[in-house]
Amino acid sequence: MIYWELLWSFLQVGIFSFGGGYGILPVIQQQVVAQNHWLTMKEFTDVVTISQMTPGPIALNAATFVGTKLAGPAGGVIATIGCSLPTTLLALLVAHYYYKYRDMRLVKGIFEGLRPAIVSLIATAGLSILFLSLFNTETLSPAAVSSPDWKAVVIFAVCLAILRKWKSNPIPIMIGSGVAGAVAYLLL
Amino acid sequence: MKKNFKFYQKLFLSTFSVSAFTFGGGYVIVPLMKKKFVDELNWIDENEMMDIVAISQSLPGPMAVDASVMVGYRLAGIPGAAVTLLSTILPPFVILSVVSLFYQAFKTNPVVNAALKGMQAGISAVIADVVVSGGLKICKSKNLISIVTMAASFYAVYFLNINVIWVILACGIFGGIMTALHDRRGGRDA
Repeated sequence: MIYWELLWSFLQVGIFSFGGGYGILPVIQQQVVAQNHWLTMKEFTDVVTISQMTPGPIALNAATFVGTKLAGPAGGVIATIGCSLPTTLLALLVAHYYYKYRDMRLVKGIFEGLRPAIVSLIATAGLSILFLSLFNTETLSPAAVSSPDWKAVVIFAVCLAILRKWKSNPIPIMIGSGVAGAVAYLLL
Repeated sequence: MKKNFKFYQKLFLSTFSVSAFTFGGGYVIVPLMKKKFVDELNWIDENEMMDIVAISQSLPGPMAVDASVMVGYRLAGIPGAAVTLLSTILPPFVILSVVSLFYQAFKTNPVVNAALKGMQAGISAVIADVVVSGGLKICKSKNLISIVTMAASFYAVYFLNINVIWVILACGIFGGIMTALHDRRGGRDA
């Protein structure tokens, strides 16, 4: 049954992918392309492209896409459940213990040690997206820096200024930058 | 906070909108969640949000799902977690179902592409804002250990490509040891 196979495959994606975001891609690729031949490599690359273009966690996007392609909407639902179920149960378990013990000094100390690192981790992920947006590359090189995408630079700077100055909610920022992008790239 | 229908509705819509605007997956959801639940609704304090991020990052599977489930559980137990889980997986599910039907048209549509390029710059600004706030806060604390931890973990992940799991483990163990040492010296001031 294709449903069972989908469920089993995406359960494995949910269990064996650490790190979130792009870290999950090799695991999905191994299940969907190498092992089960549900997608060709070209189609898999398309899924990645769509995931970059559309909102939502990349693993859930891939699950929906593969599931729907193989077995219609029900397939999409099953693959989505498969990849979120293990992590949901784990998150509930950990959340339970976190709230039970977080006032213990040692647990507090552990999390205090972690907090500065989390800022860096967000910065790391943010830089790749920033460079991709401003210079069309994920890693910096002198050639890339010398020819920035000025429209993106302006949109970025204006958004950042609004966020810093008025502590604005990010969702209007996202909608505004989308509209600004459509106008800037199509009309200017 | 009363756990009535209005609360669950707000919880659902908040997580739904966060998920619907998370482009690129992974950490992108963090700044959006922080802005929503910490700054806007004041439902969760900032340190707690950072802990939730650290835990989600250490668990397998999509990080956005872990973080949402933990936020939902914190606010309203199992029913809360069920609500946030559903509202996190719904937007990508609906959008991808539609997009997969019109994939070619979607990929080549100039308006879609132009808008997405604009949104990429927008999301970069949202992330930069959260990083600047967090970084400034740590620098202002004048806590040398925190500042060094921040710089070292950035160097390790960005330049040395060390897996984030190891960085998180190392920082957690380091934090635990520092606390234990501090307590043994009798400096129980916290």
